[in-house]
Order: sequence, then C-alpha cells, then structure tokens
Amino acid sequence: MTSRFRTQLEEALFPPIIALLIALVCGDLLIMSYGQSPATVYRLLLEGTWGNAYGFGQVLYKATTLAFTGLAVSLGIRAGLFNVGAEGQLAAGGFAAAFVGLHLTSAVPWLIAIPLCMMGAAVGGGIVGAVPGYLRVKFGAHEVIVTIMLNFIVLALLNWLIANHIHVEETLHTPEIGAGAIPRLDAFMPAFHGSAANLSMVVAAITALAGWYYLFRSRRGFELRAVGLQPDAAEYGGVSVRGVWFRALTLSGAIAGLGGINYVLGYKHYYEDGLAGGAGFLGIAVALVGRNHPLGVIIAALFFATLSQGGLAIHAFVPKQMVEVLQGVVILAVAMSVPEVRRVLRLGRKPVTA
Amino acid sequence: MNPFDFVTQTLRIAVPYLFAASGGVVAERAGIITLSLEGYMLTGAFSATVGAHYSGNVWIGLLCGILGGLIFGLLHAVATIRFRADQVVTGIAINLLAIGITRFFLKLAFDSSSNSPRIGGFAVNTSALGFDNPLLWMGLLAAPALAFLIYRTPYGLRVRAVGEHPEAAESVGISVKRVRYIAVALSGVLAALGGVFLALDQHQFTDQMTAGRGFIAVAAVIFGRWDPMRAALACLLFAAAETLQIQLQGNQIMASQFVEMIPYVLTIIALAGVVGRAVPPAALGKTGD
Repeated sequence: MTSRFRTQLEEALFPPIIALLIALVCGDLLIMSYGQSPATVYRLLLEGTWGNAYGFGQVLYKATTLAFTGLAVSLGIRAGLFNVGAEGQLAAGGFAAAFVGLHLTSAVPWLIAIPLCMMGAAVGGGIVGAVPGYLRVKFGAHEVIVTIMLNFIVLALLNWLIANHIHVEETLHTPEIGAGAIPRLDAFMPAFHGSAANLSMVVAAITALAGWYYLFRSRRGFELRAVGLQPDAAEYGGVSVRGVWFRALTLSGAIAGLGGINYVLGYKHYYEDGLAGGAGFLGIAVALVGRNHPLGVIIAALFFATLSQGGLAIHAFVPKQMVEVLQGVVILAVAMSVPEVRRVLRLGRKPVTA
Repeated sequence: MNPFDFVTQTLRIAVPYLFAASGGVVAERAGIITLSLEGYMLTGAFSATVGAHYSGNVWIGLLCGILGGLIFGLLHAVATIRFRADQVVTGIAINLLAIGITRFFLKLAFDSSSNSPRIGGFAVNTSALGFDNPLLWMGLLAAPALAFLIYRTPYGLRVRAVGEHPEAAESVGISVKRVRYIAVALSGVLAALGGVFLALDQHQFTDQMTAGRGFIAVAAVIFGRWDPMRAALACLLFAAAETLQIQLQGNQIMASQFVEMIPYVLTIIALAGVVGRAVPPAALGKTGD
C-alpha cells in the first residue's frame, strides 16, 4: 500500500470511527439517565434492526431514501457546493412522480410507466436544484442560503397544491397512482412481510454506481472534482467553472428528487404532505459520514437508517428520541474531527519530495 | 382591522425574530456562519420551561434559558473555532441536536412527547396587551443595543475587523479567536431569549415550538445585509406580513402558504442582487483550513 493511499484511507476512516465512539459514550449516558442498562438497550437496537427480516427490511427502506439524498449532497460537495436543499428536492421529486403516475392508467405497462414516473421524479428534483445553480452562476448568490430558503418555498408550494388542488377528501395526500408502482420485497420474499422495503433500493444502488463512474471515470466528473478542489486552477485549465456549478446542482437536485420514488412508487403509491420528513437534512449527515464517496454514502445510509429504525426497537425502554440526539452527535463529531484528523496525520508525517 | 391591534400584534410576533436576528448579526459580523439560530431558540425555550417549572419562578426560567443558549452557542464556537469544523454543517448539526435533546428530555422530565405542563409568564395583566412583559421590551431594544455595540464600542470595532479581515486584526494584536468566541456565545444567548419569550408567552414548551422561526431570522439577517437595524426592520416586515395573514384569515386574497413564503422569496431576491446586492462580511465562513 502506498503511503499516499494509506493517508487518504486514514483521513477518510478515522473521523467516522471517532464519531461512532463518541456517540456510543453519549448513548450510554442517555440510557443510564433513564435508568436502563446500555448493554441491554444496544442489544435490543441491533436485534430490532438487523436481527429479524421485518426490521432489516425497514432499515433497507429507510436507507434507500437516505442513499439518494446522501448521494445528492455528496455530488454537490465534490464540486465545492453545499446543497442544503435535498429536503425540498426530495419532496418535489416525490410529488412529480405521483403527478406522472396519476395521469397514467393501469393499462400502461410497467416497463413504460416506471421509467416515466422515475423521470418525473428526477425532473421535479432537478428543477428545484437548477434554481440555486442558475442563481449562483448568474448572480453569484450563495447556494447554501438559496437552497435553505427554497426548501421552505417548495414545501409551502407543495402544501398549497395538496391542500387546495390534488388531494383525497379529508387527507393531505393525492389519490393513488394509476401505474408505475415498484414491487415490494415481500412480493417474492415473504419473510419481509409488512416492511416497506421495495426494489427502489436497486435504483439507489445503480445510482451510486453511476455516480462513482461519473465522478471517477468520466471527463465531466474529473472536471467537477477539479472545480471542487481548486476552481481557479480548473478555470485556468480550460474548465467552465460556471457550467460545472450549474450541472452539479441540477444533477444533485435530480438525484435527491429520484429518492421520492422510494415512498411514492415503492411504498404508498401516492404523494403525501411531509413525505421528506427530514431525510433531506439527514442526507447531509450521510454524505459527511460517508466521506462523499458513493460506497461510503451507502454504508452511512445504512448506519443512519439503523439508528432511526433502532429508535423504535428500544422505545419501550428508552425514548426513541435518543437516536435523534445520537444523529446530531455523530454529525457534530465527524465535522469536528475531519480537520483535526487531517492536521494530526499531516503533522506526524514528514514532507515527501518526489 | 384596527391599526392599533395590527401594530401590537406585529410587535409581539416580531420579538422572537428580533432576538434571533440580532444573534445572527453579531456572530456573522465576526465571521461565523450561524444557521443554528433555530437550535438556540429551541434550547432556550426548553431550558426556560424546565427552570420555570421546577423553581416556580419566571426569572429563574429566564436565567436557565440564557444558560441553555450559552451552552449551545459555545458548542458552535468550539466546533468551528477550536476544531475548525465546517460552519454550515455544524449549524445544521446543532439544530438536529437541539430537536433531539429537547424531545428526549421532554420525555424524561415531563413524560410527554408533545408538551410540558403549564408554566408562568411575565405578562400578567391582560389589559396591558403583553406590554408589561420585560422580555418584549428587551426584544425591541436588542437591535439598537447591538447597533451601539457593533458601531460605537471597541469590542464592536474588533468584531467588524475580525469578520472582514482576520489577518489584519491579528497583526494589530487582536485575539481573533477570543472576539469570535464572545460573539458566538452572545449570539446563542440572544437567540435563546427569543425562545424564552415564546415559551413564557405560550406558558409551556411544545415539541419544535420554534417552527422555523430561526430560519426566518437567518433570512432577516441576510435581507438586512448584516446590519442590526436593517435586520430588525426585516424582522418587523416579516412579522407584519404574518400578522396580515392572521387577520385576513378566511379572506381569500392570498393563500396562507404564499404569505409564509414572503421572507424566503425576498431573501433570495436580495441575494441575487436585484435590488441592492446583499454582500456578506468578507471573512464569513472562512475558519476551515
């Protein structure tokens, strides 16, 4: 193993490991504050998630949405842009998928209906992502603030659409889609009965793979990473920095939007107000802990999904809100240890001249 | 609609915004991005409720609220200044942490996942329309006081120097870190006071009771171009829009969702520079390496 590769690996792996240890200690304290034994509660948490088919199915389901939003955020970060708008993009994508599905009849074969709905989701999220991209390129408006503000605007707009125009009486959701449903896992693996896990997770895995290829094997991806590392140098090297910014934010929005299919096509078969439910914000955590690498993002998505499902498993002993605290602790600890680990590792190593 | 009612209601709605936006202005003028106002407010509201409940004294509640905001402000300061963590990520993490912690301890302290028992408050005389509440007056005076601090005191000069050009400030012997620690801690306390006002005004803590007010304050900071008085005017403007929406309820001039959007749309327009460009302090966000 070359020493450069080893440094990179250590820089990538140490912060999440440190964060996990800190979170474990905080979890201990919270559990003991409730008068319970940490060992028992942690065992319950694992048994309720990875220990049985239903729990594991729920973990897979939650991880699917988080993988999409995590990939979306990490793609932006690779280009040096912070997309805080995955929450709104996810909701917009879910709404668009449902909107397309509502206009299809059950006569439309799934081979046409599912891709159409998926395209709708990506376009819906992509439009929401393109707005901060355009404002950044055209006016230099900072994408962090614009995406935060857009979350509120998009969610209010969708709420208005649902509450006033397209909803089933007495509810805040649309009617069921005519076609485009993605089968659940329990359709061919009965052990998963009752869990929401569905084949959207395959789409998430393909998206991660495509994201890896795009970032590390394609010319466009190379340009994107170059802009993320050194925009001035990239511009000097002939890359259109503005073009990359616009593409990255639009693509990021499209990936987050695609995440909406997990709920709409795979689970409920309608769009419901509040669909995103924080998965967009958690995508930031997933990208951060996954160190902006598609494989890392998948692992981090599984980790955060385990925490969130695990909360339900331990609720009889410790309030499930404990896992929300731990999520915050993990994010904060990773954010704090990334620069620190880098400094320590680089201090400890003598400069190498080629 | 009675114009007097309109003004008094607008002022009452504006108080949490005024506190939080003042907090946002002071930290960001020192160069630290503060997206954690929402978290400070929530912590302030919760710790004030716990304090007031167990002591039976509103003033002790107020002190506890200040302490809660101080702790969370210091957490943001340590993460971003000592550890040079990404300021945006830290801000978001603090918001998530505040939601989780208040929910967990709401369950632990009051065995409820929605609200605390009823607590006292400052406004006792209903005929005073809330104007016998010292926190209301503090909120109205927060921005002018902050403007004085930033533009008329040696510390304020340092805050501005540190936010615009930390290297230059360092070279004339100003401790950049110290100035920033104080500014971020102060922002935690100020924003928390907004939460304290909410909790004491509603006589209880409810889960996520700040409901995005911290982000409206962030919007006001940017729309007010990082100036205390302009940010305060933005708060009043946003509060007036909200009051209008409440008073026109049932009146189909404009759906409430579109009124909710006003602060955010205005902020994006301000950032895009259509009417006078919003330019942040030069060193904002640059503590990473």
